[in-house]
Amino acid sequence: MEFLSYLISGLSLGSVYAIIALGYTMVYGIAKMLNFAHGDVIMVGGYISYIAVSYMGLPGWVSVIAAMVVCTVLGVLIEGLAYKPLRAATSLAVLITAIGVSYFLQNSALLIWGANFKTYPSVISGTLNLFDNRLSIPYVSMLTVVVCIVIMVGLTLFTSKTKMGKAMRACSEDKGAAQLMGINVNRTISVTFAIGSALAAIAGVLLCSSFPILKPTTGSMPGIKAFTAAVFGGIGSIPGAFLGGLLLGVIESFAKAYISTQLANTVVFAVLIIVLLVRPAGLLGKYVPEKV
Amino acid sequence: MAMLEVNNINVYYGSIHAIKNISFEVNSGEIVTLIGANGAGKSTTLQTISGLLRSKTGSITFMGKNLGGIAAHKVVSMGIAHVPEGRRIFQQMTVEENIEMGAFTRPGNEYEQSVQNVFAHFPRLQERRKQIAGTLSGGEQQMLAMGRAMMSKPSLLMLDEPSMGLSPILVDEIFEIIKAFHDSGTTILLVEQNANKSLAISGRAYVLENGKIVLTGTGKELMQSEEIKKAYLGG
Ligand SMILES: Nc1ncnc2c1ncn2[C@@H]1O[C@H](COP(=O)(O)OP(=O)(O)O)[C@@H](O)[C@H]1O
Ligand SMILES: [Mg+2]
Repeated sequence: MEFLSYLISGLSLGSVYAIIALGYTMVYGIAKMLNFAHGDVIMVGGYISYIAVSYMGLPGWVSVIAAMVVCTVLGVLIEGLAYKPLRAATSLAVLITAIGVSYFLQNSALLIWGANFKTYPSVISGTLNLFDNRLSIPYVSMLTVVVCIVIMVGLTLFTSKTKMGKAMRACSEDKGAAQLMGINVNRTISVTFAIGSALAAIAGVLLCSSFPILKPTTGSMPGIKAFTAAVFGGIGSIPGAFLGGLLLGVIESFAKAYISTQLANTVVFAVLIIVLLVRPAGLLGKYVPEKV
Repeated sequence: MAMLEVNNINVYYGSIHAIKNISFEVNSGEIVTLIGANGAGKSTTLQTISGLLRSKTGSITFMGKNLGGIAAHKVVSMGIAHVPEGRRIFQQMTVEENIEMGAFTRPGNEYEQSVQNVFAHFPRLQERRKQIAGTLSGGEQQMLAMGRAMMSKPSLLMLDEPSMGLSPILVDEIFEIIKAFHDSGTTILLVEQNANKSLAISGRAYVLENGKIVLTGTGKELMQSEEIKKAYLGG
């Protein structure tokens, strides 16, 4: 029974990682950049929904929408102001800029909301008790897993069935050829950031609902873990990000339970290193040799 | 007024001066070929017309409109389709998805008819519509690249070395299709190293060397020119 309970909390944590990783992987797939500020957009999403609920007394679901709207705008602004001017720059310049944006967001949050942590009110409370109360599953865990699956299926359908989704895949393969088809590459990249950031807002709400401590650095560690999950599953791959996120959450949960809380992160990153040694492109990533 | 007018353009890659004061024109209904050795500047010229590259000076007008400063993705809807060197099909997408991308700028209701038209020219693409494009043979990939370009219903089709790397039979097939596109009313700007075949179907041609136009004439004239015979037709 304990095993089941660790598995469920691992799946729930993993679902949050997966939602963040989906944003990472889409942006990487299309813009070919690692948006290290992605984790901090999660934090902003957390604060926005916190304000909506605690100060404005709005219902939980409204706070989610508010967080999504603000984060979408934020994501598009970040892309347009910080990354777009660097389209022709080296990837190192883009990476350093992304780290800069990450610090900018964290310090802005510090300035606006202060260093003291806020206790986040979960969007959904209560637990489902099973087997004479020997197994209790928080509703928020179930919600998190369901939301993650819905997002993953939605994104898969979006990229395989819609015109915009297919245009994104075309941009991800060859931006020049995509332009020759009449696809506006800049707009496609903006839309990708919008989607990724809206997902980050959802992840922020779900993360803070499970771990109710909200501070300016709340998004950092989950951001890094989700990035790891995306690489683990195969960066650029939507099912890869999903699988990578879930596995990472479960491994972390079991490592905490059966090995040591302190060593959990060490175990997680050790597994990542081993996987990458065996499969350099990640679990579901395709190794595509550079074509000449 | 010519359909496409290229006036004194200069194109640079950083400090490399790749195109030096080139001027030429393509009239509606023509097949015009640019021939030249590797590195002469043929691909750079096409990429400048389609907006992927910018000329530093000079101008390009298409059907009376100046293309200067117009983004590449907008040039397509003005009626220019560009089949780039090396085909550049979307390898991980299916044949049909590639074709759909070709129709990106077109209204959805004309899709069925356009796709039937493309399949009429390329029956093999129809058989393979669900196949991942990267698994097609070289010849099929070239056909896909050309079919995809035709989906935008171009008035001017620019083809960059469509015969590159193909067997002689496939080269013949590709040239037949170019003629068929031309017969159906599409103006063609062709870039080739295969001077024999391209001059044979061209009304006019320009010879590029080191970023400059060094010779021009009708296809027939150039085929008989001693210089061309020596340099491009194997004696
Ligand atoms: N991306 C690039 N960066 C720098 N130089 C380039 C690039 N592409 C082409 N060139 C140079 O520009 C000149 C013309 O190239 P290109 O237009 O590709 O010739 P062609 O298509 O006739 O073989 C060549 O000297 C080539 O080396
Ligand atoms: Mg070339």
